[in-house]
Amino acid sequence: MISGIGIVFLLTAALTVAGALAAALLRNLVHCALSLTVTFAGLALLYLQLDAQFAGFAQILVYIGAVAILVVFAILLTRGAGVQEYRSYGSRWFGSLVIAAAVFALLTWAVVKSLPAGGAIAQTPSVTVQSIGAALMSGYVLPLEIVAVLLTVALVGAVIVAMPENKAKAIVEKEGGQ
Amino acid sequence: MSFVTTLDQIFVLLQRWIAGFFPLWLQPAVGTILGVVAIVAAFPGIFALTTVLERKGLGRIQNRLGPNRVGPLGILQPVADGIKSLTKEDIVPLSADAVVHFLAPVVLVIAVFLGFAVLPIGRNMVLADMDSGLLFFFAIGASTELSIFMAGWSSRNKYSLLGAMRAVAQMISYEVPLLLSSVVVVMITGSLSTVKIVEAQSGFTGVFPHWYVFTPWGFAGFVLFTIAALAETNRSPFDLPEGESELVAGYFTEYSGFKFALFFLGEYLGMFSIAGFAITLFLGGWGAPLSVLGFVPSWAWFFVKLFGAVVFFIWLRGTLPRLRQDQLMNFAWKFMLPMALLNLLVAGAWRFMGEGWLRWVISSAVLLLAYVGLGRVLMRNQHLGARSYRYAE
Repeated sequence: MISGIGIVFLLTAALTVAGALAAALLRNLVHCALSLTVTFAGLALLYLQLDAQFAGFAQILVYIGAVAILVVFAILLTRGAGVQEYRSYGSRWFGSLVIAAAVFALLTWAVVKSLPAGGAIAQTPSVTVQSIGAALMSGYVLPLEIVAVLLTVALVGAVIVAMPENKAKAIVEKEGGQ
Repeated sequence: MSFVTTLDQIFVLLQRWIAGFFPLWLQPAVGTILGVVAIVAAFPGIFALTTVLERKGLGRIQNRLGPNRVGPLGILQPVADGIKSLTKEDIVPLSADAVVHFLAPVVLVIAVFLGFAVLPIGRNMVLADMDSGLLFFFAIGASTELSIFMAGWSSRNKYSLLGAMRAVAQMISYEVPLLLSSVVVVMITGSLSTVKIVEAQSGFTGVFPHWYVFTPWGFAGFVLFTIAALAETNRSPFDLPEGESELVAGYFTEYSGFKFALFFLGEYLGMFSIAGFAITLFLGGWGAPLSVLGFVPSWAWFFVKLFGAVVFFIWLRGTLPRLRQDQLMNFAWKFMLPMALLNLLVAGAWRFMGEGWLRWVISSAVLLLAYVGLGRVLMRNQHLGARSYRYAE
């Protein structure tokens, strides 16, 4: 149900905000990454409550299944299994607080402005997977192709970065010499 | 209703009869709870049976008897295992991260049980008939990787960490061919709902069923999906992360007692749910293999196929040697990914070529050529001599 603020929405929102706060405030880096995962799950639940099944499951698949793993791998490969480090707050926290508050105000203004006048939504749009597919293939082909190119570039870049030194040098020299 | 139909729908009728005792507004909730109770009771029961089957089967393949002390032919072994795991001391290392260490098996078991919600176990017997059921299954499967990382990291043990890193790398690498090989089925069916996918395979031409595995692209997709499924659940020959002779026990080295049993349960249930999913996508779900056998209940067919899949996995475990980590990753990215992409192309061509023998010939030819060609190209740099056998004197 979209009308009103139900108890389920409040619980899910509380879970999301708690996860986000924990991700920012906890000391152990891995705990922060796991709390971020809880935030992603909360967002997926919000999408599902709004009947956007595809967006909700895609959120779980992409964010929890890939982005969270990426964050975790980054922690593993840069810090390893060593002693946990405690984070301390930087010295310029007041400036960053002001900037964060300004960004939040801008986002809130943008969201509130986009709500339809009168406050009531006439009819929930029904978005089936078929309509998403049709839209991707007809109206949104250019973004689809740009994302495909971006992914290919990322893959090639990852392979080159991970290649052993002599092989990478050989490839770079061959490309530069032509 | 005839006897055959009643037997086929017996669980649905039972569910409605029990829900009938409750007031009208409570009935959907009671129906769902009954379905959940059935899943939670049935699949761990099958898990208990599978542990015995596996140990006896592996024992026979390795020319020895399996467990044969507890009960006739060792059938009550799971009971003994259960009592052991419940009464063992729960040891948590002093420097381990207690909260994450505790939550890892919980997250795994929750994620795995959620995956069973979209499997159509029989006609009209699916717990949650969702429009994007396939996407739900893969989304939940991706969450199990996180629990493995949690287990490996929180133990503060180099073996666990290595095992966790290897397992997560393996799982994300094989996730891509897994998803791509199931996209073929979605393309041809035109829907992400598992119920519709099974219904699209329920026709018969003459005696033979319309299962997707009997088409060229379906067969290739089935083989790719099975290999990727074995790798996703860390099952032999992809079990380097938890290899007994390699890393002690990999990411669950530091777990003892009931938490170890939960990990074990989660892993086997994951194997059942992904095998059930392969059956749904390619082997016709609850459909009968020959149209004359339609009198057997639909749920019976599903469990027979699941049993066949489990036996096949146990057979593979006992027969094939383990793949090394770099061999695993090469296989996933260099062989399975191109094959899965080519399979998509072939399935698209199949769809638009229209009925007739031509599309069968062309699809099979393209796939066979790609398989042989890719295999030869990748084996170019490996110089393998003739096999030599050494026997004990």
